[in-house]
Amino acid sequence: MRKYSVFAVAREALRGHKGWGPHWASPEPRKEYDVIIIGGGGHGLGAAYYLAKEHGITNVAVLEKGWIGGGNTGRNTTIIRSNYLYEESMDIYEHSLKLWENLSQDLNYNVMYSPRGVMMLSHNIHDQQSFKRHINANRLYGIDNEWLTPEQAKAYCPPLDIAKTARYPINGAALQRRGGTARHDAVAWGYARAASDRGVHIIQNCEVTGIRRDETGRVVGVDTNRGHIGAKKVGISAAGHTSVLMQMADVRVPLQSQPLQALVSEPLKPIFPCVVMSNSVHAYISQSDKGEFVIGAGTDQYNSYSQTGGLQIITHTLDAICELFPMFRRVKMMRQWGGIVDVTQDRSPIQGVTPVPGLFLNAGWGTGGFKATPGSANLFAHLIARGEPHRLAAGLTLERFRTGRLIDEAAAAAVAH
Amino acid sequence: MLLIYCPYCEEERSELEFRGAGDAHIARPANIADITDEEFEEYFFLRQNPKGLIFERWRHIHGCGRFFNAARDTVSDRFYTTYKAGEPKPDISAILQSEQDKGAAK
Ligand SMILES: Cc1cc2nc3c(=O)[nH]c(=O)nc-3n(C[C@H](O)[C@H](O)[C@H](O)COP(=O)(O)OP(=O)(O)OC[C@H]3O[C@@H](n4cnc5c(N)ncnc54)[C@H](O)[C@@H]3O)c2cc1C
Ligand SMILES: [Zn+2]
Repeated sequence: MRKYSVFAVAREALRGHKGWGPHWASPEPRKEYDVIIIGGGGHGLGAAYYLAKEHGITNVAVLEKGWIGGGNTGRNTTIIRSNYLYEESMDIYEHSLKLWENLSQDLNYNVMYSPRGVMMLSHNIHDQQSFKRHINANRLYGIDNEWLTPEQAKAYCPPLDIAKTARYPINGAALQRRGGTARHDAVAWGYARAASDRGVHIIQNCEVTGIRRDETGRVVGVDTNRGHIGAKKVGISAAGHTSVLMQMADVRVPLQSQPLQALVSEPLKPIFPCVVMSNSVHAYISQSDKGEFVIGAGTDQYNSYSQTGGLQIITHTLDAICELFPMFRRVKMMRQWGGIVDVTQDRSPIQGVTPVPGLFLNAGWGTGGFKATPGSANLFAHLIARGEPHRLAAGLTLERFRTGRLIDEAAAAAVAH
Repeated sequence: MLLIYCPYCEEERSELEFRGAGDAHIARPANIADITDEEFEEYFFLRQNPKGLIFERWRHIHGCGRFFNAARDTVSDRFYTTYKAGEPKPDISAILQSEQDKGAAK
């Protein structure tokens, strides 16, 4: 693999950019692999990369039914933070945040991680109490999160309307300065390139249609639209399609698939310095490096695999954005889309072994798993390589829905991201 | 936005009037205190989450206020039919067949 550097850019500039070449190889699938990962999103590609890099397992394939990054990885609003309430969550999201800080260097690929700060607006006493509880829990755990007065919030994010007469008045905010955004596509491409360089096969347009087991029930491979492919171990990392894949192995999971939408505006000059989220009025917004406002809406109330959602959900979010930031009222929206998110009842992810030997599961990241991509991928690789979870992911098991040891971020924060 | 036919009001109304209420035809165990953890997990948490035909509950919260059931396709989001609470699961293949027949007659 050619190393990307300032010299490579200069050389290519002189040669009319004709020498870049493909970022990753597209080989024919082998008959058998040590590990197959189903799903070429950031989580799956990252897991393959860490299997090769940290566990020396390179006979690995990532099977993707469409194109890599075409699922939620390429559809999300890229908010990154780690200020969750419970220790199980803080463990994995903070592990992830630390990996984000060095990811571009590690992959030799610019993922444009931008720790510009994530600010959560508090609109009422309940918000304030809940945010302060989060702040205290985070700080005791060594994670940065601080309380801002409305004036401090306005100083950090000048477009904010903090007038007492506003439709959604603000009585403060929680700020995680290390939080921010990253370039979603670059995360998929960067992991794919680095994994491919270490011998991992990235196979696109390859849809898994069955999970094969031997007479003892152990996984022996998968059926695909490109034929049978054998594997000693299979990891599922398929986001909204997890239930469909798990049913191929006769396992029912505590997941519901729902549409979640986002939209972007016309590009404007830099005006918005950070990420702002409001859980109470359900709006979140940041400005991309291209200048577009990236705005996230809520989930639809019904299950769907349609990758599209109701217009009223978007309208509701835009109403809130226009109230919070009156200066945006005349900005035009350019594009809108939906992704299918896999939601658990406690709004926390599932990572762990399954009742099927050799079959491993990474799912339930729902509306907030982009931020977890490096951390989740890293720990999923550990799980697959060792057959048991890493300490930092030990609480995320599938069994918690039987034992009752839920990680109830749903009750703690009301919305994810 | 979905258009939903309320079988009680006998009218198609916008989704804004309705609240989705999850999977239909899940019976709450009568002896809930006695069942095992596995049985509780099965009843309370595990779901089919089908890609395709789903049977689900809706409530006409800003209308008659009543719960009813629907059969819908989760890929196209199209409703096959809605029916009153307590009625058995409708036969979707019959609905599809009759639609096909109508199409052929045209
Ligand atoms: C609109 C929207 C906004 C969001 N905003 C945020 C945010 O601000 N911050 C945040 O942290 N998270 C956010 N999320 C959530 C985040 O996008 C996801 O949690 C995360 O990207 C999941 O990554 P993944 O790699 O697991 O899934 P994906 O990127 O969805 O990858 C799964 C892949 O599996 C493939 N697949 C499925 N079935 C099969 C099969 N049978 N065979 C082969 N391949 C298959 C799919 O094609 C897909 O590419 C948002 C999501 C959406 C939709
Ligand atoms: Zn009604």
